[in-house]
Parts: sequence; C-alpha cells; structure tokens
Amino acid sequence: MKTESRPEHFGSPSLLGSLLRRLHIDIPLFLALLLAALLSLVILYSAGSQETDILIRQGARMGLAFGLMAVLAHVNPNQFKRYSAILFGMGIFLLVAVLIMGQIGKGAQRWLDLGFFRFQPSEMIKITTPMMLAWFVADQPLPPKLGQLLIASLLILLPTLLIAVQPDLGTAILVASSGAGVLFFAGLSWRIMLSIIVILTSLTPILWHFMRGYQRDRVLTFLNPEADPLGRGYHIIQSKIAIGSGGIYGKGWLNSTQSELDFLPESSTDFIFAVFAEEFGLIGCVGLLVLYLLIIARCLYIASQAQDTYSRLLASSLGFTFFVYVFVNIGMVVGVLPVVGVPLPLISYGGTSIVTLLAGFGILMSIHTHKKRL
Amino acid sequence: MSPIYSVRDNTLENRLFLERIIAAFLVIILLTIALTVRLVYLQIVGHEHYASMAKSNSVKIVPLTPTRGLIYDTKGRVLAENTASYSLELIPEQIENLDDTLAKLQVLLAIPNEKIEQFQKTRKRQKRFASSSLLLNMNDEELAKFAVVRPYFPGVDIHTQMVRNYPYAELTAHVIGYVGRINEAEMKILPMSEYRGSTHIGKLGIESSYETVLHGKTGYAEIETNVQARSLNTLNEVNPEPGANLYLALDIELQKIAYDALENFNGAVVAIDIKTGGVLTFVSRPGFDPNPFVVGISNEAYQALQSSDNQPLYNRALRGLYPPGSTFKPFVALAGLENEVINGQQKLFCPGYYQLPGVPHKYRDWRKGGHGSVNLHEAITQSCDVYFYRLAGSLGIDNIYNFVKKFGFGEKTGIDLDGEKLGLLPSRDWKAKQKNRAWYPGETLITGIGQGYLQVTPLQLATATATLANHGNVVTPFLVEKMVAAHETKPGPEVHKGVIPLKPDNINQIINAMVGVIHSEHGTAKSIGHAIPYQIAGKTGTAQVFNIKQNAKYNEHDIDFKLRDHALFISFAPAADPMIAVAVIAENGGHGGSVAAPIAAKVIKHYLKDFHFEQP
Repeated sequence: MKTESRPEHFGSPSLLGSLLRRLHIDIPLFLALLLAALLSLVILYSAGSQETDILIRQGARMGLAFGLMAVLAHVNPNQFKRYSAILFGMGIFLLVAVLIMGQIGKGAQRWLDLGFFRFQPSEMIKITTPMMLAWFVADQPLPPKLGQLLIASLLILLPTLLIAVQPDLGTAILVASSGAGVLFFAGLSWRIMLSIIVILTSLTPILWHFMRGYQRDRVLTFLNPEADPLGRGYHIIQSKIAIGSGGIYGKGWLNSTQSELDFLPESSTDFIFAVFAEEFGLIGCVGLLVLYLLIIARCLYIASQAQDTYSRLLASSLGFTFFVYVFVNIGMVVGVLPVVGVPLPLISYGGTSIVTLLAGFGILMSIHTHKKRL
Repeated sequence: MSPIYSVRDNTLENRLFLERIIAAFLVIILLTIALTVRLVYLQIVGHEHYASMAKSNSVKIVPLTPTRGLIYDTKGRVLAENTASYSLELIPEQIENLDDTLAKLQVLLAIPNEKIEQFQKTRKRQKRFASSSLLLNMNDEELAKFAVVRPYFPGVDIHTQMVRNYPYAELTAHVIGYVGRINEAEMKILPMSEYRGSTHIGKLGIESSYETVLHGKTGYAEIETNVQARSLNTLNEVNPEPGANLYLALDIELQKIAYDALENFNGAVVAIDIKTGGVLTFVSRPGFDPNPFVVGISNEAYQALQSSDNQPLYNRALRGLYPPGSTFKPFVALAGLENEVINGQQKLFCPGYYQLPGVPHKYRDWRKGGHGSVNLHEAITQSCDVYFYRLAGSLGIDNIYNFVKKFGFGEKTGIDLDGEKLGLLPSRDWKAKQKNRAWYPGETLITGIGQGYLQVTPLQLATATATLANHGNVVTPFLVEKMVAAHETKPGPEVHKGVIPLKPDNINQIINAMVGVIHSEHGTAKSIGHAIPYQIAGKTGTAQVFNIKQNAKYNEHDIDFKLRDHALFISFAPAADPMIAVAVIAENGGHGGSVAAPIAAKVIKHYLKDFHFEQP
C-alpha cells in the first residue's frame, strides 16, 4: 500500500522527489505536464498580444488544476470505482438541467452559473463517462459480451447526444471516444469494431440531415475553404498561412505576424497551435508532438502496470482520449479535419479544459501510486 | 480483490489488454506521423507560397457596416429612424499618462467612480491600439464641455454610433417591431461576412420580416497595418450599400385615431385599402414602447411587460383568436344565396329560440321575445339568430365550410409579417381528426352565428370583409408598399389575387343588408350613420366569452368585466364604391353596435374626409 517504503524504486532520492512521492505524484508524468504548462504560458504571452494579464489568469487556473490533480492523486482508486456510477448519474442529471435551463433562457447554454464560477457539466462528463464504462465492463470477465455492449453503447450515446444538442460537437466527440476507448481496451472484437465503423459511415447522410445549418457550413468550408474567404473559410486559410510561413525553424518567439496583426482569430484558444507553428517552425512542432507522445506513452504504461481491470481500462482510456484531443485540434488547425471547436490540450487559453485534463492525470497518478505489492 | 476475479482467466485478460495497448500506441504513432507529414507539406513544401501570402497579409480587412434602412408611413412620416448616440472613447496606447487623463476627465465631466472602474475592466480585455468607451450616450452638455478641451487630450475622442429609434413608440410596436442585439444563437445562423460589423438585427414585426432588405450590404476597407497592428492608411474601400427604405401603406395618423378610439379597451383595429390590399391601420392595444428593447431592456421592465394582465406584448391584430360572432352572418347568408338554399324574400318566423327536431335544447336568440317574421335583409340588419340557425341547418356544415373558406377563414392571410395565426374554421374532417368525434347538427347551428369552434384573427376578419366589399375579388393584405434602395425602387410583396365567383344579385343583396345595419331604422349600428355624404356597410357582432346556461337570466352589469362579451364590428365604405374595410374587436366591450361600431366609424370618417362624395 505505502509506496514511500521503497523509495529506491523511483530513482534519485532527492528532497523534491521524496516529497512528490509522499504526495502520490508520478514524477515522469508530472514533469512532462509541467513542461507543457510552461510552454503554454510562453506561447500565450506571444499569442495574447504580450498582455501579462492573460498569463496571470491562466497561471492561476493552472495552479488550481495542478492542485486538483494532487488531491485526486491522493485518493485511493477504489474510491473512484465505488463512486463511478453515482458521479456519472450526477453528470447526466446536470447535463439535462443545463439543457432545460437553456431552453427556458432561449438559446444555447453549456454551463450552470454557481455564483462564484460557471460550471460546465460537459467537462465533468468527459471523465465520468470512461469511469462509468470501466466500472460497468470490469464487472464481468473480458472481453464484453454482446448484451453488455448494447448497454455500454447506450451509456456512451446518452451523454454524447446531450452534449451534441447543446450544441458542442467537439466535446461530444471527446466524450464518445473516451467511452469507445474503454470498449476498445476491454477487447472488443475487431469484427464488431469494423461493422460499427461501416454502419456509422453509412449513417453519414442521415447525420447530415440532422446537422444544424452552421455545422453543415463548417463541413463544407472544410472541404473548400477558399470559397468563403471573408466568412467561414477565414480561420482555416489564415491558420495555414501562419503555419506555412513558419517554415522549418520558425520566425522566433514573439515574431508571429499573423496573430499580432489580428489575422488569426482565436489565436490564443483553439488556433494557438498555428501561432506556435509560425514562431517555432517544424522543429518546434515535432518537439511538441514528441512531448505529447511521451505523456500518452506514460499513460499507457501506467495502464499496463495497473493491477485491476477497472484501473487498467480507465487509465488507458484517459490516455487515449488525450491523444484524440491533440489529434482533433491539430488536425483542424492544419486543415485536415473540420473545425469543431476543441482546444489544444494543456496549451490553449481557458480554464475548464485544463482543470478537467489535470483531474484525469490525477486519477492516473492515483492508479499508479496506490498499487499493492504482489 | 473481489471474488469474481477467481472465475476470470487472468492470463488471457492480461494478454488481450497488452495487445490492445500496443495496438493503440501503434495507431497513435501512425496518426502522429500523418500530422507530421501534413506539417512538412505546409512548412517545407508550401513554405514559400505561404510566406509570401503572410507578407501581403499586412493588409487588414475591416468591415464597413451599412446604415439600416428607414421605415416611413404612406405619407412619408418616419416610423423607424437611426439617431446618433455619442460615446467618449480612449485609446490607452496613445495616452501618455492614463491615470492623470482619467482623473482630469472625471472632474471635467463629473464621471462616477463606477464608470472609471468599468472602463479599466474593459480596457484590459481590449486589443492593443483599440479604443474602449468611458462614457456612453453623452448628452449635449457633456459633448460641449469636452469639445472645448479636446486638443489637450490626445488619444481621447468622441465616437458616433447609430441607434434605432421608434418615435411613435407603442403606436407602432406591433407593426414595426424592433431591433435588438444579435444573440449567440442568431450569430451562428447569420451569414458571417454580411454581419461581421453589425450589432443589431430585426427581432419582430417589419424589422424582422424585412431584415435582409433593411440591413443592406456590408462593405469593407483594406487597411495597411504595421507590426503593432496599428492602422497606417486605407488602401482600398468598398463602400457598404445602405439598406432600402421601406414605405408602408400604413397611415400613422389613422393608426393613432384607431388606437385612441379603443380608449381603455384591449383589442384590435385593422383597416385595409380594398382596391390594393394595403393595410392602413394595424392596431393592437395595448402596445408597448419598443425603444428599451433596442439598447437592451432591463429584466424587471421585461418581467413587468410579460406579467401584465393586459398582455401588451401580445399582438392581438395578428395573433389574437376570437369567435367572430354575428359578424360571420353576412358570409353565411351569402353561402345560403349562392347555394340556392334560400332566396332573399323568403320569410322565416323567429319566436326567440330554435329547436332541432327531437332535441329539447333551445338555441336562443339574443332578443328574448324574438324578431317575428323576418326576411334575409331584416335578419342581417337586426342580427336575428334564429334565422341563421335555420339557414345554417339547411346549408349543413360542409356547404358553410366550403364556401366561407374562400374568404380566407382558417388560413393565413399572407400578410408580410411573421407569426400570423391560422384561426380555425371547423369542418367535419377537422373534428374527426382533432376530437375524434362525429360532427353534431347543433354545432352547425352555432357555427351559423359565428360561435362554437370558430376562431378568427382581427386581420382575417378585415381581409374577409375587404374581399366581400370587393365583390369576391380576393384582397391580400400587405404593409410594405415600396422598398427604395440607392439605385432602384421595388414594389412591396407580390400579391396573389384570386376571384370568388359570385352572382352580382346575391352580393348586392348582402351589401344592401349591411348598409341597412347602419342606415335603417332597426339597424344594430344605426347610431354611426348620421351626417356623412356616403353610406357605410357593416355588421355588428358580440362574441360570448363564456356560455350562458340554459334559461339563465343574463344581465351584463352583474358580470365581472373580464367575463363580459367581446364587441365586434366589420364595415366598409363607401358602400357604392368601397375603398376602406375596417374590422374592430374591443375585448369585453359588451355590444358591437354601441362600442365597436363607433370606433370603426371614426377610422372610416377620417380616411374619407378628404374625398368628395355626392349626396346619395
């Protein structure tokens, strides 16, 4: 139970190292996350017109997020398992509440106003959905049976649809993939996965029918951005110009003309990768991708070392979803995926996504640092 | 560990899971390589191309917002205008000592501390070299005070902004509607490039239904900027095209007369130019002041409007549903003549009630003793219910429905406003579908006197009256007469005309009877027929708000005001060559003849006062 009884297991017995272990912090993961957070502040300073205000605000959010990570890392993973279903139920309840309040308030609403801060239930459900599925699937021997799969699909569809109608397509994709990730790691047979993909592809025309006008526009613009340069194609064109003009070595820190001249919209939120690519070039981009890969690799390693099915599935799914996050954002900024409104994880400006992300990493650390010795 | 683990094949599970981890990581590596390939393509292969594009990108495109079109009445009086609103704007980067400047301005213009704090907050959210406003809606005194010292305040300036204003306020609220700030949901569906610089959009009424015409076309300016995003000079400008000015058929003077004539009654007055279909007055009382909606109405003020018993936000003329009562009788009478169920001379006896054979229920006449023996003309002028019970009974609901439908009952009139209600013209089919019941003969009788399921909007009633006055040539009502843009003038909405085939003798009999309502000794609205050089044709109506119990005594003074009958009146004039049709509904007005008819008469008399008529 107690990990500090074998400190040599973790390498150098520095003072900081032993403190972090006492706190149930996984050092490689923590260092990678810290590096990403520092990188975020560096880019934000440039993307946000060199306003220190933005840095202070984002720094405060990061502090809060790292704090939450430390707290969750301390919790025994059995507790997560025990409360999985209750937390998921609460999340669904809040999603429905937001939906109803949005209808009363005439217009889209994603958050609940709790007075001192705005809470987005869709953020909470990003973590509770894989928790719920891992709990549900781990109950029976793996791989899951057909009946289980049907129920599991409903458990994924329910939050996904509730978020998709908000409408927040980006978050809906992340929630769906976090649930699907659990099923994949639980050993869902390749044949079933293939048939689901075939069915989903054939459903595309029907999905198109139900899409809102602006969502259709986004897909059409993605297919041909030059058709509407002042309107919806603007983001993608400007973003490609920023990235392309960066070249191999980049223009250097604070030298992004595209964001500085205000051509690149949302340069500090969803499109921050374009600023990064313009300033640090291909070398910087590959470096950032490697950092992301290291984080993901560590997550999957933690999953492979986990001792019970629930922990394994949850850890691997959280790592996998983190990659989906990265892929969807960078994919849209470089113009290979439609614009769906997903921030670049750990780097983009904004409070809700970094808090949820680090909460997820806190759970991963908890799984890794609470192992029973066999 | 839980006991269930013992039945699991742990080695199998472990192997499966490790397989999946490896598979997932391989997929992740592959997709990351794909992203890298794309980056190589953009940053190495396409680098030169994008770098040159980035250079030419020092030209910034800013939208130039078009001026919203104005709305005039038929005589060119402004109903919706854009008035200038002045604000004090500061560009912090151009001010040497901001705190000092703020302190000086605070003393000069007596600015409260909260506004300074508000400014500091918005300033921090702004882009560099963009202005933030310190004072909004400056008055003349503030403007003059600042104008004197302006040279001493570099980086501080007065900006002019156009704000929509409705000078006639509650008089036009239900016609013109209002504009309001574009909200999040609208932002998503609006064409982005067109609304890039706009802050407001039509939310209701003409402002909403003619949004695209009124808005105009957004232009843009290409501005050269330096690395600090500071504007240097304008290279090229494509001017915005201002929105078209709309001229309505509505006469605001007549509108005011109708609005005032309703006095304290809630209700609606709709007047239509019979020859064209132009809507001359479109009154729904009470109205509301639309101006607060433009700048953003406070929550309390909005709640007060919403919860008011008089429902000022409710457009009665367009969406109010009322039983037409006896105003429906001319249409039923015409159905009787056209279907050859009756002839005009045939007399029927009215004992004050009517009974269907074998049914004890007494269908009562409004006059307790009855009207005695009456022909069609007398039945209309005196509004005899029993005559119409019998006529409706012999026509049957199918004939009534098929004929009256042609006048537009139960259908939208097609006016150029959104949100019109359908009303309800009941039929056998409708009842089978909606109520899952057969149609009862008794329901035909009460439909014959404009009660029962029947529901009409004031606009429908006025339109049907105009079509009647027009001898069956269908009139489609419209508000916008013409749209005047910079280069061209377009007519209002396309009007679909139709003709209801009617025998001239039949329609003339009906019109004569409607003249009798005003100009004969026993007419129910004879009080309005004095001292005019032309004749008015009309029909009174009283619509029951609730059903009177069988044999119960009915005294309107004993009844709570809100339960009193609605007073209705339809009319057109001059009867010989009709020009204007008016429908009036005064909620809880009691009698059509004494309350609603004088309101219509005021509108008609005012409209026709400038025309010359030979004494009949």
